[in-house]
Amino acid sequence: MKVKDLAEKLDYECLVSEGNELEIKNGYTSDLLSDVMGNAPEDSVLITIQAHKNTIAVATLAGINCLLICNNRPAPDDMLETAKEEGISVYRTRENQFTASWKVHELL
Amino acid sequence: MQGIPLNTDNSPSVILEMIFRLKIKDVMTRNVKTACKSCSMREIQKIMKEERITGVPITEGSRLCGIVSMEDVLSTMDQGRIEEESSKHMTRNVIVLEEDMPLSFAINYMDKYHYGRFPVLNMNKELVGIITSRDIVNHLLLEMNKEMTRLEELVPESEAVDSGSREMSFVCHRFDFENAGHASTEIKKALKLRNIDRKIIRRIAVASYELEINLVVHSLGGGMNFVINPECVKITAQDRGPGIENVEDAMTEGFSTANDWIRSLGFGAGMGLPNVKRVSDEFTIESKPGTGTTVKAVIYTHPDAPRQGCSD
Repeated sequence: MKVKDLAEKLDYECLVSEGNELEIKNGYTSDLLSDVMGNAPEDSVLITIQAHKNTIAVATLAGINCLLICNNRPAPDDMLETAKEEGISVYRTRENQFTASWKVHELL
Repeated sequence: MQGIPLNTDNSPSVILEMIFRLKIKDVMTRNVKTACKSCSMREIQKIMKEERITGVPITEGSRLCGIVSMEDVLSTMDQGRIEEESSKHMTRNVIVLEEDMPLSFAINYMDKYHYGRFPVLNMNKELVGIITSRDIVNHLLLEMNKEMTRLEELVPESEAVDSGSREMSFVCHRFDFENAGHASTEIKKALKLRNIDRKIIRRIAVASYELEINLVVHSLGGGMNFVINPECVKITAQDRGPGIENVEDAMTEGFSTANDWIRSLGFGAGMGLPNVKRVSDEFTIESKPGTGTTVKAVIYTHPDAPRQGCSD
């Protein structure tokens, strides 16, 4: 499923859309960046509350195509800039990681 | 309050090194003029006038309770409430800095919050200083002077390029989260240009990123070196200390010495070094407290082909 198809169904707030044409095959939920590095499957959507520039670095390196920020956490501008440059879409929701993971899992 | 027009992302590396090397405690004013909660706004106005300052932290012992700025004094004067206690008029949610943070944090805060001053706390949350844009500008000018003198004396050296393999090096600074991941992103880009399996590139990126983050989080500073051979990628992460007390502990999954601040950023889960070892084909770590740590990781880029000359 493409990032944009997933996004359309979930109707979450879109912060960066540069990676919308990428393919999502899997998902991973974690706030520990080392855990994401070590265990997240490639072509995943990452569901997390870690909203800063390093999250994008980890996503780029681990082959994550989309970021979903939970609990409506603020996303700093430098993070969104980096996401644009790296071509990774960023979405945001009021829901927590549990609910968001459940919804994403239903659709994948 | 205007921010400081200094870009902490892509300023020249000399400037970046400066603002990461200098700590807030090196730059702040230590002798802070404070007042207590029961002081009247009038008394605070007197302190401001006598000391020629524009902000006074309100304290109880060494604990910071709030801050009164010149604007606060002016508005109480305007309302005819200048004889009232400072506790009624101070700003309570004060944005503070920690003394061990790099100066870059203070510059970012000046831009972000548009305050003229930030109280500085130590690890025990005690007020130890105050930092203003004036402090920053003064120190930066002094440092720039020193640095320019040094640079003028340097003769540029040309680098030898090895045609067979490629070598890349990056400097990593303590607590420089802004640029953490830069080395790993660069190496990943360089590898993508070569005929290497995507999964193997990812393993190299994982090893590199974890080692890079370790330098930023735990070391006093150091560097990453990459040697790309036709057969393997050799990563060396070397730092200037403080060194690891017990290497076996450091290699245990879940063991971490990271503080709460670092953990709140999603690091310090105690998975870094075990992750590196897991994705590497060869892995060595040497550490001496007081001297520093060197980690070497080798990953074969074409595991099915016969190999020679990957280890040293």
